[in-house]
Amino acid sequence: MRVLVCVKRVPFTGGKMVLAADSMSLETKHLGFTISPHEECGVEEAVRLIEANGGESVVLTLGPPEAVEQLRDAMALGIDRAIHLQTEGAEWDPEATAAAIVDAIRADEAASGPFDLIFFGNESADSGGFQVGLRVAGALGRPAVTGLKGVRLDGASVRCEQEVDGGRDVYVLLMPAVLGVKEGLNLPRYPSVPGRMRAGRKPVAVSTPSRPAARLELVLLVVPPGQGRRAEVLGNGAAAAPAVVEMMRKIGVA
Amino acid sequence: MVLVLMDQSKASMETLTLARKFGRPQHSVRMDAIIPFAPDAVAAILALVADDLDASAIFAAGTERGNDVMARLAARTGQPFAANCVDAEPGSPVSVTRLRWGGSLLESALLHSPRPLITVAPNTLSVEAEPAPIEVDAKPFIAHLEETDLAVRVSDHVDTTGGGVSLAEAKVVVSGGRGVGSKEGFAIIEELAGLLGGAVGCSRVVTSAGWRPHSDQVGQTGTKIAPDLYIACGISGATQHMAGCKGAKRILAINADAEAPIMLNADYAVVGDLKEIVPAISAELRKSR
Ligand SMILES: Cc1cc2nc3c(=O)[nH]c(=O)nc-3n(C[C@H](O)[C@H](O)[C@H](O)COP(=O)(O)OP(=O)(O)OC[C@H]3O[C@@H](n4cnc5c(N)ncnc54)[C@H](O)[C@@H]3O)c2cc1C
Repeated sequence: MRVLVCVKRVPFTGGKMVLAADSMSLETKHLGFTISPHEECGVEEAVRLIEANGGESVVLTLGPPEAVEQLRDAMALGIDRAIHLQTEGAEWDPEATAAAIVDAIRADEAASGPFDLIFFGNESADSGGFQVGLRVAGALGRPAVTGLKGVRLDGASVRCEQEVDGGRDVYVLLMPAVLGVKEGLNLPRYPSVPGRMRAGRKPVAVSTPSRPAARLELVLLVVPPGQGRRAEVLGNGAAAAPAVVEMMRKIGVA
Repeated sequence: MVLVLMDQSKASMETLTLARKFGRPQHSVRMDAIIPFAPDAVAAILALVADDLDASAIFAAGTERGNDVMARLAARTGQPFAANCVDAEPGSPVSVTRLRWGGSLLESALLHSPRPLITVAPNTLSVEAEPAPIEVDAKPFIAHLEETDLAVRVSDHVDTTGGGVSLAEAKVVVSGGRGVGSKEGFAIIEELAGLLGGAVGCSRVVTSAGWRPHSDQVGQTGTKIAPDLYIACGISGATQHMAGCKGAKRILAINADAEAPIMLNADYAVVGDLKEIVPAISAELRKSR
C-alpha cells in the first residue's frame, strides 16, 4: 500500500508568545521547530501501516527551505521519502496550501500510483485553520474524516474512530481516503541513531509552487491580554500546606 | 439573511450572538439534520439552503463538528473559511479576529468572500438574548443529496467513559508534569485528586514518556478544562499547556522554580519540591476532616 502524511513546520514556543517586529509572525530567533503532535501521530501511523503491510510511505510539507529538518525527522522514524513544496517563508493561507498539496499529490500519483491513505493533523498547531485536509479530500473526491483517535485497516476499507463527547463515533471508509488525526492515536516512537543516519540519505523531491493571493489574509498577530499576572505565593515547601488548604476552603473546593 | 448551523451547545448561542452583526433574520440548519451524522451531507444541505435563501454569510460554532462541516462546505463551494473567530465585522472584505495556537495568540485577518464562512470559538463571547432563529426544514433539501454525500457516515459508537470523574467536567484537576519524575510518582497526585473529588491531569511530557494515558493530557492537543481549581505540580507552564487550562477559575502552581513561566499565569503558588508539598497538602486535608 502507499501512504502519505502531510506535516507543517512550526516553532516550539516556550512559556510565552513573542512577536517579530512587524507583528506578522512569531519571533523565532531563539526557538526550535517541530511539527504538531497530531502530525507526529500521523507519521507514526503511516510507518506502522507500511511495516505491517509493505509498500511505501511518503511525507510532504509546504514550507520554507528549513522545513527539510521536519521531513528528515519524519524519515528518521521510518518514512521512505519526502516531497518538499518550498516557499519563501511567508505563511500561505489554507486554500492556497491545499491547492498546492493537491497538485503535488496528483503529480506523485501519476508517477507512482494512488495513495491508499493520506494523513493530516486535525489542525495545524499554529494557524489552526481546520481545513487543509478536508479541502484536499474535496478536490480529490475522496472520503475524509477528522478528529481520529483510532485507525484500523479492514480489507479495502479503513475503520475510523472519531473522538466525540462520551466516546467515539465509528466511520468505515472505502480507500483511498483522507484522515485527520489527533494526538493520542498512538504513542510515537523516538528516532534511533541508525534511523537518523538513514534519513539523511533518503530522497527529498523539491519544487517551488507559486503563491496565489490569500483570500484569508493575515493582517496582524496580537498576544492576547491576561498573561502576566503574578501568583500570590502561599509559602515554601511542605510548610505551605495549611495555607493551601485554607485557600481551598475559601474558594469552596475543600 | 444569515444562515447558522446549530446544535444544542452553548457555543451555538455564542455563534448566534456574533452572527447577529451580519444581519437578520437568522435561519438555522440543525447539525442533526440527518441521522446518523453524515458531515458531507450536512455541508451539502447548508450549501443548498444558502443558495435557496440567498444567505449573505454562514456561521457555525467552532466545535470539532462545526469546523469540520464548515471546512467541507468551503471545499465544495470553493470559498475561504475562517475558523475559531472571536469577533467579525461585516464588510467587503470581512475583518475577523481568530484564535491561533489554541487561543495563545490572536490573529486579525481579512476574509475575501462573497459569502463568508465563519466559525465562532467556544467560550469566548458573552451570550446575548437572541430571538430564536427560523429553523429551516431540511427534508426537501435531503432529497437533493448525491450518493457521495452519504459515503461518510457514522455507523457505530464506542463508549469510552470509564468510571471516575471526567477531566473535562471535574471541579478540581490535579495535574503532574515532568517534575513528578515517573509513573509511580503519580501516586501522590492521585491521592490528592481523590481527596478533593477531582480528576488527575498531566502535561505532554508525561504522556510522551508513557507515564499516563493521553486522555489525561491537558492542553492544546489534549483536553481543554475549566475547573474551579487547577493544581499544576511540576509543570513549567508552556503556552500549549496553558491553552488547555486557561478556562480554570483559579490556578495553583507547585513548582521548584519560583521563576517558572507558570508563575505568571497562576493565582497562587507554592515554591519547592512537589514530592514533599503534595503529600503535606493531602495530610492537612485528612487532618481537618
Ligand atoms: C504544537 C504543540 C502542542 C503541544 N501541546 C501540548 C499539550 O496539549 N499539553 C502540554 O502539556 N504540552 C503540550 N506541548 C508541549 C509543551 O510545549 C511543553 O513541552 C510541555 O507542556 C512541558 O511539560 P512540563 O511542564 O511537564 O515539563 P517542563 O517544561 O520540563 O517543566 C517541568 C517543570 O517541573 C518543575 N520541577 C521539576 N522537578 C520538580 C520538583 N521535584 N518539584 C516541583 N517542581 C519541579 C521544573 O521547575 C519545571 O518548571 C505542545 C507543544 C507543541 C509544540
